[in-house]
Amino acid sequence: MKLVTAFIQPYKLPAVKSALQAAKIHKMSVSNSLGCGQQAGYDETYRGVKHKINLLKKVRLEIAVNDEFVKPTIKAIVDGAKSGKIGDGKIFVTELLECIRIRTEETGSIAIG
Amino acid sequence: MIARKFFRKTFSILGALITLCYLFQKTALAAEPSSASNVTAINTIWTLIAAFLVFFMQAGFAMVETGLTRAKNTCNILMKNLLDFCLGSLVFWAFGYAVMFGADKMGLVGTSGFFLSAANPSTGDGLWQYAYWLFQVVFAATSATIVSGAMAERTKFSAYLIYTVFISAIIYPVAGHWIWGGGWLSKLGMVDFAGSTVVHSIGGMAALVGAVMVGPRLGKYNSDGSSNIIAGHNMPLAALGVFILWFGWFGFNPGSTTSGVNLSIATIAVTTNLAAAAGAISAMFTIWLLFGKPDTSMTLNGALAGLVAITAPCASVSPLSAVIIGLSAGILVVLSVIFIERTLRIDDPVGAISVHMVNGMFGTLAVGLFAEKSFGGAAGLSHGDGLFFGGGWHLFLVQLTGVISVAVWTAITCVICFTICRATTGLRVSDEEQLKGLDIDEHGMEGYAGFQIFTTE
Repeated sequence: MKLVTAFIQPYKLPAVKSALQAAKIHKMSVSNSLGCGQQAGYDETYRGVKHKINLLKKVRLEIAVNDEFVKPTIKAIVDGAKSGKIGDGKIFVTELLECIRIRTEETGSIAIG
Repeated sequence: MIARKFFRKTFSILGALITLCYLFQKTALAAEPSSASNVTAINTIWTLIAAFLVFFMQAGFAMVETGLTRAKNTCNILMKNLLDFCLGSLVFWAFGYAVMFGADKMGLVGTSGFFLSAANPSTGDGLWQYAYWLFQVVFAATSATIVSGAMAERTKFSAYLIYTVFISAIIYPVAGHWIWGGGWLSKLGMVDFAGSTVVHSIGGMAALVGAVMVGPRLGKYNSDGSSNIIAGHNMPLAALGVFILWFGWFGFNPGSTTSGVNLSIATIAVTTNLAAAAGAISAMFTIWLLFGKPDTSMTLNGALAGLVAITAPCASVSPLSAVIIGLSAGILVVLSVIFIERTLRIDDPVGAISVHMVNGMFGTLAVGLFAEKSFGGAAGLSHGDGLFFGGGWHLFLVQLTGVISVAVWTAITCVICFTICRATTGLRVSDEEQLKGLDIDEHGMEGYAGFQIFTTE
């Protein structure tokens, strides 16, 4: 079992969602996040004064999958979120120790799928 | 002792001031107030108060449109609502007012009084012209601002500015001249007391043309043609906007007598209020029956639909007829919103086309059905009875002629206007800008800085 965590551009979420759905990955958790990386922020002007926005708005996707789904998940996220420009985001894959579905108390691979 | 001296001094200064003021007033006003000058004074005050109320409707529109669209486009919609009034004011002063109310040419356009040159500040009647201009400019701006809601969240700001100049200079004043400025429709006997057609149908038709030409928002329609919900972000603002509009309408309709000594302002205020209430109620029950819940935003639209529909007949119908007109408007607005969104697949984020165009047309035709000589006569109108009161088809057909001719005029000129926008500044923003929100890319700032907002649609 793996946990796929992706940070993407907020406005790429609709495209990523439909790519995931096309790859039959229907379970995900999405949250707002702020962060900085190579993109290094942008300038906003407010009442004529420039000011540097360092922490950018991103969307964090978390998807827990069984091992055979790791590759399709990553491919779907890349397909949806890639524009080729700096700021497209990153995907992290981490080992997942256990998963429990609260309703049935099932554990492991069954609980994820 | 000191206190008494102080008082004596103060009183003598006050007395001298009062005497001076009195003498000054005597010399300033050459003539004693007569009953005729008092009538002018009362009319001026009433028309100005009504104009101030109608001006406040700009705030109502701004709040309704902000509330019913997404947070990421807030600055953009506020700027559009502010700037259409500002540009409209200058353009209508320089050009529009003359086209609308200047000396008539073949019943089609007015041709005199550019830059308000016909008004004369040295007489009471001349000063009245200024009050009348202010009352007319807030109406022109109301017509212009309707479009921003229907084209919200995807239209270029610069294109919207060009459109504003067009509608305030040509589209609105020409049609307005036909009906209010002594043009051919007014000679036919068309009754549009406060502007169901002049203000709302024109704004609504421009909204329809604009929404079609700019296309739906990204993500509104799926490839199979079904539509998605793009919910507005702030219902309290939308509700506040509707209450402000309703309040402003008490200037819009009763103020259209432009006379404070015409006491039918009382019946007009009553018919206006009853139609709005009936519109909200019937819209609520219609959507409740159709979808199982009394939808808040649709009920708000229902109140506005009732107000738009009663705008033309407000001075010509009985309170009972006003209730019937309001109830019909509420049903009409719900069915129209569903029809426009699902069948015609035109994306109108705030329901402006249904509220203003559909009900503006309906209200104008309602005069031909519900008008009563006794009510119209009291307000100084010289129409006959409507179809339901034994007056036959005549008035209805005159109203229908007006509705159709104004619709055709507005549609053609708006197509030209938006085509010019498309060729010069471009009409629609890029898909990427739509996803990011118009606030950041068009204006470089956010509507809710410091708030966490999910900008993911």
